[in-house]
Amino acid sequence: MKRVPTVITGTVGMDAHVIGTKVLSRALRDAGFKVVELGMQVTPEEFISVAQETKADAILMSSLYGMAELDLKDFNHKRMEAGLGDVLLYIGGNLVIGRYDPREIEPKFKALGFDRVYPPGAEPEIGIEDLKKDLKAKGKM
Amino acid sequence: MTDDIRLLVDFGSTFTKVAAIDLDKVEVIATARVPSTVETDITLGLEAALKEISAKTGIKSPEKLKSMACSSAAGGLRMVCIGFVPELTSKAANHAALGAGAKVVGLYSFKLTGQEIDEIEKTAPDIILLSGGTDGGDEATIIHNAGILAKTGRKIDNIIVAGNKVTYDAIKAAFKDSGKRVIYTRNVMPEIGVLDTAPCNKEIREIFIKNIIKAKGVARAKEIVGDVIMPTPSAVLEAAKLLAEGSGGEAGYGELMVIDPGGATTDVHSVAEGIPTSGGVTMVNTLPEPYVKRTVEGNLGLKYNIDSLSEFTRGKKIPPHFREICQGFHEGKLPESQEEIDCHLLLSRLAVDVAVTQHAGRLEKIYSPTGEMLLQHGKDLTGVKTVVGTGGPIIFSANPKEIMEGALYRKDNPLVLKPKEPGFYLDEQYLLYAVGLLSQEEPQKALLLAKKYLKQI
Repeated sequence: MKRVPTVITGTVGMDAHVIGTKVLSRALRDAGFKVVELGMQVTPEEFISVAQETKADAILMSSLYGMAELDLKDFNHKRMEAGLGDVLLYIGGNLVIGRYDPREIEPKFKALGFDRVYPPGAEPEIGIEDLKKDLKAKGKM
Repeated sequence: MTDDIRLLVDFGSTFTKVAAIDLDKVEVIATARVPSTVETDITLGLEAALKEISAKTGIKSPEKLKSMACSSAAGGLRMVCIGFVPELTSKAANHAALGAGAKVVGLYSFKLTGQEIDEIEKTAPDIILLSGGTDGGDEATIIHNAGILAKTGRKIDNIIVAGNKVTYDAIKAAFKDSGKRVIYTRNVMPEIGVLDTAPCNKEIREIFIKNIIKAKGVARAKEIVGDVIMPTPSAVLEAAKLLAEGSGGEAGYGELMVIDPGGATTDVHSVAEGIPTSGGVTMVNTLPEPYVKRTVEGNLGLKYNIDSLSEFTRGKKIPPHFREICQGFHEGKLPESQEEIDCHLLLSRLAVDVAVTQHAGRLEKIYSPTGEMLLQHGKDLTGVKTVVGTGGPIIFSANPKEIMEGALYRKDNPLVLKPKEPGFYLDEQYLLYAVGLLSQEEPQKALLLAKKYLKQI
């Protein structure tokens, strides 16, 4: 039997730009994933407890309001303590304020524990392909 | 009928102190201070102190009075804390141990290495506090750590487990036949962002009373003064709590701090919520700050750690002969000449300044789409209205206020949230420990006693 991976989506912190995460959730569902869609303004702690509860394989966060770095400062520590060290972490959007070079941002978020970091306007398909690849590499798909 | 007189005893590392309190009149009728004799026979010092009390009060057999005692003798309560992530369960365990009056002699995170285990065995703490993982969270780390702790030698015999409850069956299996005393209690961090140290505190105190006192030779005093019920720092913390909150109909002082510099360390206690006092400030504590918080600066002492303390004078103007005078203090000399008194004052104030700066929260400025933002790490103590000073360097100083002013907010360091306009109180007769002990049975009278004898300066 083929395993259906569970993924969680939502915008993190006080960010209310919900369109991106909705589009992404739909694309993930179409691609055969089980999607737990948390919508907008999801606290880091909520991502963690939902991931524990649903035994999620990946968390895909969006943030467009430029405060993601602050919102996620200790996220990696918290998810380790919560036993979620093996869960894939993706993030995409306007991750810091103002114009920036996405290549400069990536290492910052990787250091915060994220496996993949996407610039604003990234196509859902790219993320989904990456997700399949990463899950296969972990033997979860 | 005779008055209800209680004896309160503190077995310190240097001195054994006894206070005789008349509870009906809420009065100190006598105090005594004699050198501690824990290395030979703790009862010798105690008997000498009781003789002194007897001479001062005319009470023929003070040992027959009702009494309570605390102890920091023989190194105090030495604990090693182990958690998973440093900022989370390790920190939560550290808060729990400090709040129970322990001296944290080692703090570890993640899976313990062979070298770390050797280190812990060499440290030989009185108690190990093992945590890790939220309930239902990480299991691997705490189970791994329990597994190697179970294989340690006889020097490690008291372990409190306060981590992910899901792992307890596996941990019990690991410790089976290890011959160690293992106590299981509630997780110090049951979920992300929640600190739950009270059940752990209770277990620490219980082991302290039942086992550790005995191992340190303090238990011999039991025949004379009954149980030694808590470590001395814990008694001071109890007093701080009582003083802040009040009891029965008697109001307390409200949110406060107690500062306690000593020969080896400087302790700071705060009983305060620590929420932001100015608008536009966001709190960003990964782990909530304890309402009753104790920190210990292990490198700030006026005798044993004077070297590391005097390092903080670097770049500042120092009085003449500073180094030689410090060396004298280190060897146990008490300040006598004006030069020595000045140096001691400077160092004591510095110890208070650095320790309170470490204890208090701080602000961090960041820039957001809506402009400048202030983030608060730790507790905002700017609004604290009462600062109580205790400990030898303050009590015996010619100018205690000047030392305590080291606790004040500084305009040249505006992001550190120290008290801005507190009133200062001096524990002139060294009674805080007695107030803390007494608060366990007679909280209202203990509070009245404190209010009567703490001197506003």
